[in-house]
Amino acid sequence: MLPLIIMLGIFFFLLGVGYFLVSRVPTLLHTPLMSATNAISSITILGAFLLLSKSLSPLITVLAIFAVLMASFNCIGGFLLTDRMFKMFRKKE
Amino acid sequence: MGFPLEYLVAAVVILLFLVGIAFFRSPRTARLGGWLNILAYAGAVAFVVIRYPVFGPEFVLIAVLLGGTLGSLLAVRVSMLGVPQMIAFQHGCGGAAAFLIAFSEFIREGADLTTLAQVGGVLGIIVGAATFSGSLIAAGKLARKIEQRPVFLPSHTTIVFGLLFFALLLSVLAIFEYGLPFAVGLATGLIVVSVVIGVIFTIRVGGADMPVIISFFNATAGFAAAFCGIALSNFLLIGCGACVAASGSLLTITMCRAMNRNLLGVFSGIRPSVARPAEALEPVPAEASSEEGSPFDRAIAALKRAKDVIIAPGYGMALSQAQEQVRSLAKWLKERGAGVRYAIHPVAGRMPGHMNVLLAEVGVEYDELFEMQVINDDFKEADLAIVIGACDVVNPAASTRQGTPISGMPILKAHEANAVIVLNYDEKPGFSGVDNPLYGMKHVIPIWGDAKANLNALLSSLQQ
Repeated sequence: MLPLIIMLGIFFFLLGVGYFLVSRVPTLLHTPLMSATNAISSITILGAFLLLSKSLSPLITVLAIFAVLMASFNCIGGFLLTDRMFKMFRKKE
Repeated sequence: MGFPLEYLVAAVVILLFLVGIAFFRSPRTARLGGWLNILAYAGAVAFVVIRYPVFGPEFVLIAVLLGGTLGSLLAVRVSMLGVPQMIAFQHGCGGAAAFLIAFSEFIREGADLTTLAQVGGVLGIIVGAATFSGSLIAAGKLARKIEQRPVFLPSHTTIVFGLLFFALLLSVLAIFEYGLPFAVGLATGLIVVSVVIGVIFTIRVGGADMPVIISFFNATAGFAAAFCGIALSNFLLIGCGACVAASGSLLTITMCRAMNRNLLGVFSGIRPSVARPAEALEPVPAEASSEEGSPFDRAIAALKRAKDVIIAPGYGMALSQAQEQVRSLAKWLKERGAGVRYAIHPVAGRMPGHMNVLLAEVGVEYDELFEMQVINDDFKEADLAIVIGACDVVNPAASTRQGTPISGMPILKAHEANAVIVLNYDEKPGFSGVDNPLYGMKHVIPIWGDAKANLNALLSSLQQ
């Protein structure tokens, strides 16, 4: 029972905190916000790394490496695009 | 996970992500927030890779380099017009990574998952695979490679619910058979069914509702990552997934409100039909009404006279690639001492905040970009509103007529300005199919045709 309560606790706590913080982001920055959160969701790459540190069947090794490929595309593409967009927002001198 | 050090690292990484997102509240600090996110991500990866060295690092490195190179090439080259489809595509990749990992963990020999982790695993497979296929369809619609209109299959809703029920059945069986060889087949079947669900679900969503659906898949990609975390009993994945899910959910709600749609309406692909033909609104008397001459000459006169101008851009401006011309016109007005502001409707583009990045790309300063709620009451004091490639978001019928798809939708009150120049492609209604009474008002100067060409003509005439 304990793991269930801890996991659900973390999940709902961060759902709430995340919602609060994101509601403070102006609509001006909603596109880079989505790009940034998309990059953050690729943190699943850690799951693939953890899998690959164990001895796996060839099939699962291939699947995990595919996951690494997808997640690193997401991570690097997402963070770079976010930064590129943030740089565009300039104010009058 | 399992040792205090790992919990500590997870907590620090999540905290850094949260601080980074908190910095997004202002464009001045946003870039720093982005770098905090990168730092947190890199730290988490370094910790895991050092502590749990992977077998066959050369293959992993190749995968990282390949994915990273493709991602950076796309991120550097994509135009702001293409950003929605790129992000939709990335949601698909995020979903794919999540379901591949959840599936691998579920069928891995010797994993010995708890029932809770098994439930997380099947949920990660379902949500991840459906996000994967659904996002690819959404990316295709956003890129205009796929039919924009909703595609209805016979008894579409029944099919969706039938497939969901089938997925549930497969999930229960897979958990029941967990550890036995048959579970692998069941989990594989679950992937296939979920991919089909994603496709069937998304083809029914119309092109106009893409801002909602891209936000929705942002949320589901987060949920898939969190479920993946439950399968792996990894708090960091659960926490990060929950933050992303929260962000995507908020954007989904924001987009639904801005379009006056409810989520079920979006998913069903049904828009309320237009009940009656448009009736002309009572014309607002304005000085321009007494003037003679072609719309072009009237527009020139209005531009020369204006001291307080509000520009209302729509997606049509982006399609005709007229952002540079709009900025040049604003520059000309400002040099004559006029005040120029931009009024941004939340769904003026194809995704949340899209219009802002489209204008920022050509160098419009962000202190000239105003949210709808902030600027809407200023239209009635403005000398001139310039509508460029926008129809539904400035359609006064939204507040004056009942029973149309846009009734009750918040709009930019451009019609309240003293004079209005409309630079739209044609008089046809926008996505909603509702005629726009704005075009018939006496103080409105419509100039039909390609916005870019017409703006160039106006500019060269003004600069003589």
